[in-house]
Amino acid sequence: MSAVQLEKVSKSYKDIEALRSATFEVGKGEIFGLIGPDGAGKTTLFRILATLLVPDAGKAMVEGLDVAKEYRSIRRIIGYMPGRFSLYQDLTVEENLAFFATIFDTTIRENYYMIRDIYQQIEPFKDRLARNLSGGMKQKLALSCALIHKPHILILDEPTTGVDAVSRKEFWDMLIQLKKQGITILVSTPYMDEAGLCDRVALIQDARIMKIDTPWQVIRDFPGRLWAVKAARAYPLLTDLREYQQLATVYPFGDSLHVTSPSDELNVPALKKYLEDKGHTSVEIAELTPTIEDCFMDLMNR
Amino acid sequence: MHSWMKSQYTIEAKDMVKKFGRFTANDHLTFQVKKGEIFGFLGANGAGKTTAIRILCGLSSPTSGEITVAGYNVYRQTEKIKRNIGYMSQKFSLYDDLTVKENFRFYGGIYGLSRKRIRERTSWLLDRLNFMHAMNHKISDIPLGWKQKLAFSIAIMHEPEIVFLDEPTSGVDPITRRQFWEMIYETAAREITVFVTTHYMDEAEYCNRVSIMDRGRIEALDTPDNLKKRYQVANMNDVFVQIAR
Repeated sequence: MSAVQLEKVSKSYKDIEALRSATFEVGKGEIFGLIGPDGAGKTTLFRILATLLVPDAGKAMVEGLDVAKEYRSIRRIIGYMPGRFSLYQDLTVEENLAFFATIFDTTIRENYYMIRDIYQQIEPFKDRLARNLSGGMKQKLALSCALIHKPHILILDEPTTGVDAVSRKEFWDMLIQLKKQGITILVSTPYMDEAGLCDRVALIQDARIMKIDTPWQVIRDFPGRLWAVKAARAYPLLTDLREYQQLATVYPFGDSLHVTSPSDELNVPALKKYLEDKGHTSVEIAELTPTIEDCFMDLMNR
Repeated sequence: MHSWMKSQYTIEAKDMVKKFGRFTANDHLTFQVKKGEIFGFLGANGAGKTTAIRILCGLSSPTSGEITVAGYNVYRQTEKIKRNIGYMSQKFSLYDDLTVKENFRFYGGIYGLSRKRIRERTSWLLDRLNFMHAMNHKISDIPLGWKQKLAFSIAIMHEPEIVFLDEPTSGVDPITRRQFWEMIYETAAREITVFVTTHYMDEAEYCNRVSIMDRGRIEALDTPDNLKKRYQVANMNDVFVQIAR
C-alpha cells in the first residue's frame, strides 16, 4: 500500500481552479517534493491530504484511507505543518509542544525520542513565548509539534520559504534524518534547488502538475541542448543575446545566461564573434546540463 | 539641488548603530551605494537587515552614526527621504480591492504627483509592462507574478533616487522572476539605485555589489566575482553559507 494516492483530484474555489486532475502516488519512506510558485495549487493539494478540504472530484487516499470519509483516522497518522506559523504565540515553547502531545493522547516524555535531535536545539529556550522566537527556531518548534504524536506521514507546506540559505540547509538535513526513521515526507517549496534533495518531485504550475519523476529523470527528459554564456557585463549581454536570431530562449541564471537554440545546434565560434563585435569581453560559451529550474521553465513554455 | 552638487553616492552610512535595549541590531555598519547601482543586501534571518532598511527609509532613527540617503540626513530629514525613495516588498504591495489604475492614482497622490503626471506615468509604466489592457482589473484578480511587476512599477512611479526591494521575488515563478530582474536592470540603467534583499542566491549574482550581514555586522561587501574568489567557491550560495554559518 502506498503512503499517499491521488486519482484525478480537482478543486476549485468558485470560478478559480486551484487543482486540476492531480494523479500520483507516494511510496512509504519517500521524500516527495511539490515544486512550484505561489498560487500553483500546492497548499490546496496538501490541505486535501490533511483532510482540511474536500476535493470536488477524484479520490485521495492516505495509507488506504479516504480523505473525505476516514478523516479521523488519517489525522492520527499524519503530521501537518502549514505554511503560516500556526502555533500559539502566547504559549511557551514547551507549552506548545505539551498541548499538541495532549491532543493526541501522548506526552512529551513518551515520544521524546522522535523529536530529540530537533527539539534539543530549542530546548534551552523552552520557557520562551513562541512569539519571541526567531524564524529558524519557530520552524524547529513547528516541526517538533508536527512530530510529537509519531506520525507515519509528514506534510510540510513550504517550510523553507523566506528562510535564509543556511537555515534551509539545516532544515533539509533534519528531513533526511527523519526519512531514515521511515517517515514519509511530502514537502512543498518554491525553491527549485531543493528539488535535488527529494526522491521524486512533482512540478506544479497554474493548478496543473506538469511532470512527476525523480529529479534525475526530469533533467534527462529536458528536450534539447543548453548552453551557458558569460561575459563581463551581464545586462548588455542579455540584450545582445535577445537580438541574436539563432537562439530560442535566453534566461539569466546566476553568473551566466542559459540559452537554447531552435535547431538544437549552436555555432559557438559565430556567437562568440558576434558578442565580441558588440564589444563584449571575457566571453565564455559552454554546453551544460540543465537544472530543475531550466526544466520547469521549459515545461511552462510548452 | 543641482546634479553637480550631488555626491556619486545615493546612500552613505558611516558607523551606523541601532540598539534595542541591550541588543545591538546594527553594529557599526559602514557602506556606500552608488547612483544607478544594483546593491544586494543579504544576510541570515535576524541578522539585522530589516532594522537597517527601516533606518534607510526614514522609518526608524539610528542610535548613532552618520547616514545620508539621497543626500538627506536620516535624523532630521526623514520626510524628504520618504519622498525620494520607493519601496516594495512581497508582504506589502498593492491594495487588493482597488483596480490597477486606482492603485497608481492612490500611490501617485501619496507621492504628491499632479493628476497629469499620474496619468502620464501610469500609461508609460503600464505600456512598458504590456499591461494597458488590464488597467481596470481589480488587483485581487491578477496573478502574483503580475502583481509584483505592478508593485515595482508603482514603487518607481515618482522617479525616486533609490528603490528598496525587500524580497521582491519571493514565491514568484521562475520565468516571472527573471522578467522582474530585467525590470531591475532597466531601472538601474536609468540611474535609479536599486537596493535589494533576496533569499535566492542566484539573484545575488545579478547585483553589482553584495553585502552580507551576520549578527548585526556587515561581514563582507564586494562584487560577486571578488567574493567568490576570496572564499574560493563556485557560487554565491557557498559564499553565503561560509559567512552566515
